[in-house]
Amino acid sequence: MEYHLKTPLKKEDIEKLNAGDIVYLSGEILTARDEAHARILEMGEKKEELPFFLEGAVIYHCGPLMRKTENGGWKVVSAGPTTSGRMSKMTPPLLKAHQVRAIIGKGGMKDVVDALKNGSVYLAYTGGCAALAAELIKEVKAVHWLDLGMPEAVWVLRVEEFGPLIVGIDTKGKDIFAEVREKAQKQLEKQG
Amino acid sequence: MYSSRIWAARYLNIKNKKAPWNLSHKTLTVYPVQDIYSCLPFVLKNSFLPYNGDLLSTKISRENFIRSIADLLRKAEIELPDDVVNALRKAEAAEENQVAKSQLQAILKNLEIAKKYRVPMCQDTGIMIFFAEIGSEFQPGFDLEAAIREAVVLATVEIPLRPNAVDPLTRKNSGNNLGVGIPDIHWKIVPGNQLKITAAPKGAGSENMSVLRMFNPTETGSIKNFVLETVVNAGGMPCPPLTIGVGIGGSFDAAARLAKEALLEPLDVPMEGLEREIFEAVNALGIGCMGLGGSTTALAVRVKTAHCHTASLPVAVNIQCWANRHASVVFGGDE
Repeated sequence: MEYHLKTPLKKEDIEKLNAGDIVYLSGEILTARDEAHARILEMGEKKEELPFFLEGAVIYHCGPLMRKTENGGWKVVSAGPTTSGRMSKMTPPLLKAHQVRAIIGKGGMKDVVDALKNGSVYLAYTGGCAALAAELIKEVKAVHWLDLGMPEAVWVLRVEEFGPLIVGIDTKGKDIFAEVREKAQKQLEKQG
Repeated sequence: MYSSRIWAARYLNIKNKKAPWNLSHKTLTVYPVQDIYSCLPFVLKNSFLPYNGDLLSTKISRENFIRSIADLLRKAEIELPDDVVNALRKAEAAEENQVAKSQLQAILKNLEIAKKYRVPMCQDTGIMIFFAEIGSEFQPGFDLEAAIREAVVLATVEIPLRPNAVDPLTRKNSGNNLGVGIPDIHWKIVPGNQLKITAAPKGAGSENMSVLRMFNPTETGSIKNFVLETVVNAGGMPCPPLTIGVGIGGSFDAAARLAKEALLEPLDVPMEGLEREIFEAVNALGIGCMGLGGSTTALAVRVKTAHCHTASLPVAVNIQCWANRHASVVFGGDE
């Protein structure tokens, strides 16, 4: 199935998605990778308020390459997904604290299936397709935590028909990456 | 003609007028990211010379050399070599898994867009790695390494490149893709009067999945399984379809170098023996493009060997994502 969804995402938008479906997303997404995840969790522990809103939000595992425009704004040069596996451990506590509806990344995640069952999905975007992504990002709306460096900052982006995104892990616990890994492991044992 | 030193001095607020690439490793100074990007409009207006496609220079001046290396990086970041593009096209045509096919189509579309708008194909523009083959009779008349460092700074601003070089412990970003040991330049002295430089910017996603193991000398039969294990553990993380470089022999560090050099080998030369055996086994794993399943886990396996100690068997597996970026330029020659 192919879906065209708009943010903010509702729980029912997400629950109808099945692993393997193709999604195109329009609206607002926030980039966050290693350092931003660590800071979100750290601020949560200290009960500090985040400078952005994560309820119903879409997190994009991405460290973009940006260019400063002459009027002081920013333009996306290249913005493909980064390896989601690095955020695997930090994701369940983050989803517990904030009702993020979708996580976009590449390569899949480990041990997040249960955390996603509360109405969130993992969407796989083609790794390395940064020029294509940049074309689908229409505006840089804001940037937070630039002190973390360009790749690690939180960039708020407006996207149009962002995709193709493959539903990698759905709300029912089906995980394409885990299935593929399991099959590959079996094949490896057979060959070894 | 532009002078990169002038804009650097003017726009990087360098009080002692010493450009960052003149600093030795020990005194490497860190400039904030914002500074280097604020000079971009100036550089684009005043010093942008479009890449003219002619990478063979017969005359070499320091200024031309820096221009050529910056252009070489631009080419490597924006366009894949023909053999890699052809391998991706072939994989897309042969793939029967529809999800995997959609991913391969996205990759091919991405390459078109990168070429059309002259932007890097991937936001991870990599760490700067160069392989240089210098003819023993080649005489540049200037410090080649310093000039390459200058070209990296220029390319970082012009293309632009993502500043990726950080201190390994403090994780502080240098902001200009320079650092201790970066760019990583491998020099090889060869006969002749030419200098060939290959730029191979390497992203972290695939590099992080690479492995080296010191086997017992009697374990040659385990090499194939070691590669397969590495590929299975990596799954979709290194952005398959992969090029897999395998270095066998040498020493601990030489094996890793062989594996990296293997990634530069042309993909359109047929695989034989161990290469083919590993290639077929890897694609039977079903990991597929981006780890979403399918028959295209690897585009090619390239093996390089060197003699090693009778008591050793070093094996290195260097994993390369689909964006097998590299481009070469030759300087000098007969005049």
